[in-house]
Amino acid sequence: MNGKATAAIVGSGNIGTDLLYKLRRSPVIEPRWMIGIDAESEGLRRAAALGVEASAEGIDWLLARDELPDLVFEATSASVHQANAPRYADAGIRAIDLTPAAVGPYVVPPVNLGEYADAPNVNLITCGGQATIPMVHAVSRVVPVSYAEIVASVASLSAGPGTRANIDEFTRTTGRGIEVIGGAERGKAIIVLNPAEPPMIMRDSIFCAIPPDADTAAIAESITGMAADVAGYVPGYRLLSKPQFDDPSPATGGFARVSVFIEVAGAGDFLPSYSGNLDIMTAAAAKVGEDLVRSLVASAV
Amino acid sequence: MRDIRVTDTSLRDGSHHKRHQFTAEEVRSIVAALDSAGVPVIEVTHGDGLGGSSFNYGFSHTPEQELITIAARTATRAEIAFLMLPGVGITDDIRMARDNGASICRIATHCTEADVSVQHFGLARQWGLETVGFLMMAYSQSPETLAKQARIMVDAGCQCVYVVDSAGALVLEQVSDRIGALVAEVGSEAQVGFHGHENLGLGVANSVAAVRAGAEQIDGSARRFGAGAGNTPVEAFVGVCDKLGIRTGIDFFAMADAAEDVVRPAMPEECLLDRSALVMGYAGVYSSFLKHARRQAERYGVSDARILVRAGERNLVGGQEDQLIDIALELRGER
Repeated sequence: MNGKATAAIVGSGNIGTDLLYKLRRSPVIEPRWMIGIDAESEGLRRAAALGVEASAEGIDWLLARDELPDLVFEATSASVHQANAPRYADAGIRAIDLTPAAVGPYVVPPVNLGEYADAPNVNLITCGGQATIPMVHAVSRVVPVSYAEIVASVASLSAGPGTRANIDEFTRTTGRGIEVIGGAERGKAIIVLNPAEPPMIMRDSIFCAIPPDADTAAIAESITGMAADVAGYVPGYRLLSKPQFDDPSPATGGFARVSVFIEVAGAGDFLPSYSGNLDIMTAAAAKVGEDLVRSLVASAV
Repeated sequence: MRDIRVTDTSLRDGSHHKRHQFTAEEVRSIVAALDSAGVPVIEVTHGDGLGGSSFNYGFSHTPEQELITIAARTATRAEIAFLMLPGVGITDDIRMARDNGASICRIATHCTEADVSVQHFGLARQWGLETVGFLMMAYSQSPETLAKQARIMVDAGCQCVYVVDSAGALVLEQVSDRIGALVAEVGSEAQVGFHGHENLGLGVANSVAAVRAGAEQIDGSARRFGAGAGNTPVEAFVGVCDKLGIRTGIDFFAMADAAEDVVRPAMPEECLLDRSALVMGYAGVYSSFLKHARRQAERYGVSDARILVRAGERNLVGGQEDQLIDIALELRGER
């Protein structure tokens, strides 16, 4: 591979557009195509203005090019990605899926990025999952976590029609991600939309059940370290307070518990900074894409 | 014959006051007493709806689906309702509640977010459930905005939309204006309901105002058993309706007995219109924050009233109980 890897962004909505801004800064990825289905789309217009080849003719158009992208970023919907995924695979294009379709294995960059360097298709779970699963993992790499629960609060304005039409998908997929990638025996996710003006910045709370005799200092250190790792690619990610430890009581359902409170401010590339929930998805997608490219380069050498 | 339908929610909204510790026996005895008094609908669920048992809202003593099953088996005439909040519970929970004998599905969203309930109304209707929609914290929006949100719910399959005064913050005409706007928007296709709280002492009066403005369903709780200062007391509301000639189908004396002899013993304490509850009504803070604020106030040595005031300043909505911990930490840090 010479120079940068090429990428197509499929889906010209807010997420696709924000991702385009991030990929344009990438030292290893060149976003060359932006694919939509609506010629009037603002995202396609912006992409064209930035010198990216934009088409409203869907992936039929993309797959008919003489030169195909190395990577495709899917920012459409779960059902669209379900239909598109086999076609990318047939064409030998690696897919990074920002929808909840979960065709490929889940990936949360600071937790399991290296494990899927060879997968043809990887899935980014949900915004709430990207924000909270690193914290669940930070606890579960120190002590067993029998149950983990997260509460994601996002500004109403940053919850798009896809999320709204299928909010169950968010809670189920995030809950599963907490188990599979976070390492909790049982996971639960809650999402709350808040219409406050000015819009609230995304906040997440993470509660983990831990053994009563757990080494709290080691857990706290692991959490702080993980927060720094995530902040490495999501600059607006921060702990709001020190991890809080509670002894078992009726209020905690009899569990010893650690609680973590975080805020995720967006980088403000295209999306407003309150929508950290969207920013963390596009930031994770860019990070995963870059890592895949680096592993491709390494294996080609 | 009745003019309005009353839903008793002591076994759902009361779950907040009880910190979700209902036992099977309490549910059995309360359902039996309410049923025999003629209460047509009894709501049974975790206070935060299906799937609410959690760190964030408090774990249930008895699984709610077990309580729904017991309620459905105990009731002879009353229908059993349940609450669900999209984002907290999932549609599987709805189906399970139906399989366990509940027949009325009440779906709650913050009053500007009705579109998250579209999927749930569709499925609930498909599964043969009667549907009710809850526009929570309805005091925070204008009658016109609420009517538009009610339209979204009705188009999705909702058969009755409630104006939900989650903080007991609405005052008389503010209720009738909102009910009137909903009746004008959806009245030919669906009913309109009102869910009141006692934080400003107006549960019964507001409910009468709602009925006069066209509401056909009213929520209350025996002995006010609910969040904040409690809900509209059903026994008092039934008495007032008797005097006004509004037919509820509920026997006033049997209801008064049920409230005193059966419901009160299951309550950890009376629901009080104390300072914190009053502040919530005055500032429009979600009633079920009360117990959580008290807990965090004790844990971090700060004032529960100040936690609640700050929750109002931050415009927290129902479901954000986790943020009360963050507020308590912030207040402690400021000292």
